[in-house]
Amino acid sequence: MNRRSWTVLAEYLVERLIRATGILVMLFLALIFLFLLREGGATFFEVPLGDLFRTRWYPNEQYFGILPLVLGSLVVTLGAAAIGVPLGLLAAVFIAEVAPRWMREVLKPFIEVLAGIPSVVLGFMGMLVVSPLIRQWLGAPTGLTALAGSLMLGYMALPTIISVAEDALDAVPKSYRDAALALGATHWQTIWRVTVPAARSGILTAMMLGVGRAIGETMAVMMVTGNAARMPLTLRSFLMPVRTMTATIAAEMGEVAQGSTHYHVLFAIGLALFLVTFLVNLIAAWSIFRQGKRYGRLLS
Amino acid sequence: MSRKLRQQLGFTLLSLSTIVVVLPILLLVGYILVQGAPAISWEFVTGLPRDGMRAGGVWPAVVGTLLLTLGTAIFAVPVGVAVAIYLAEYARDTFFTRLIRLAIINLAGVPSVVYGLFGLGLFVIFLRFGTSILAGSLTLAIMTLPVIISTSEEALRTVPQSFRIVSLSLGTTQWQTIRRVILPQALPGVLTGIILGLERAAGETAPILFTVAAFFLPRLPSSIFDQTMALPYHLFVISTQVPGMPVRIQYGTALVLLTFVLSMNVLAAVTRSRFRRKRQW
Repeated sequence: MNRRSWTVLAEYLVERLIRATGILVMLFLALIFLFLLREGGATFFEVPLGDLFRTRWYPNEQYFGILPLVLGSLVVTLGAAAIGVPLGLLAAVFIAEVAPRWMREVLKPFIEVLAGIPSVVLGFMGMLVVSPLIRQWLGAPTGLTALAGSLMLGYMALPTIISVAEDALDAVPKSYRDAALALGATHWQTIWRVTVPAARSGILTAMMLGVGRAIGETMAVMMVTGNAARMPLTLRSFLMPVRTMTATIAAEMGEVAQGSTHYHVLFAIGLALFLVTFLVNLIAAWSIFRQGKRYGRLLS
Repeated sequence: MSRKLRQQLGFTLLSLSTIVVVLPILLLVGYILVQGAPAISWEFVTGLPRDGMRAGGVWPAVVGTLLLTLGTAIFAVPVGVAVAIYLAEYARDTFFTRLIRLAIINLAGVPSVVYGLFGLGLFVIFLRFGTSILAGSLTLAIMTLPVIISTSEEALRTVPQSFRIVSLSLGTTQWQTIRRVILPQALPGVLTGIILGLERAAGETAPILFTVAAFFLPRLPSSIFDQTMALPYHLFVISTQVPGMPVRIQYGTALVLLTFVLSMNVLAAVTRSRFRRKRQW
């Protein structure tokens, strides 16, 4: 084979190979779904659907009611959203609109550092520092509560919320701000009446992605929420231990016999988590495509 | 005047929120540094755990985390960079490419513990790798892909279009252009993305719970089919599962893990800023 046709062949092969990797990404997502279904699907034959939606989770005696776990995840995530969303948005507005240049240069890498702190380290600090404070200040019988989980998750959602929201604010054309200022609006009025409304779809995406991350967080939540599978029904539940879906999987999968009903149910819970986060990300992705944006900062 | 006052109050609120975001992180890192520093010694980092982990060092966990990070890199880097090249250089904006982007965003959103379940189902059970470094690395690699792809694609896209046009006009093929011109130019950005992705992998616990992590294994792994200890899981174990654990060792382990992860963060930041200074376009 001469040199030229070799180049052509190599070119062809490399291009095929690179194009194939694109399909690989979709394959991985499909595989995740398939294997969750493969290991978890048996649940729906072994446990009557009515029994799954009961209020008692006690697998040792074949009670597989997942309601306390679902509500546990919901309560902790709602708390996390209540903490992380306002804090993240205000901080994003500060970084994008108010902070001087040098401060932005310091704050942005700092937010990246927060994203890099392993969740197990946050959980460790939550156990040793945050939960004793909750016990002392709020008079909860134990500090390992839903509130502690919400605090941890709220902070863990912050990097996503701040960086995506800040990008959205950055993308608002400067002419909008100039026009508002020229009409005599203050800087503050410009931010809330012009810039933030103009960036609202990006800000919404930021909130959704942040909350989506919070639903799926595992280690920190497992370490600080006390893991009691009880129904959190009143506002006081924030000062009680709860157990989330993620924590249940992480805590119990190591001890179950492979192929048992308990094992299948844990995979089914994983499947449910996968579908919920899939839906959240699908909506977020759709709004990103609609804005014609690339997704670079979303994921880092 | 009241408008000015309101603005003053508003800006104060914004700065206070930012302080509420930043301060706890600083305190947390500082606190771990202060509490953990006394535990750190050469013997702690390079010694084997003794006395049911209540004494001795964390060496097997350090080695395990290094091996897992390396394994993740071996699987995730070629695939991730290839997908990024495809999206930045070959793909047009078609329905198919949008599906791929959709898949990437969704992969990034899959909960880490679900990755653990997936790894257990596919690698440990179906492919019979057992709980092993191989199974753990593959699981972490798939989890890391979205970060590597998205940051690498951004880096490739920042290379000016004129570079491609000039190179192609000299008679090179598209792949030659990518390999000799675009990739070298985008390399620091791609590296930054790789480091950030591996940093996440190194700090994760949930995906390795059922795929590789050993509770207590005071020796070094000898093959890729061995289980291994890993720093994040080790910290989890000694802070929740071992009664009577000395706090000093817990903080020491947290500090080793945090140093490992944050030094990768610093490395990424340095790579990026050096690149910005040297770049001529």
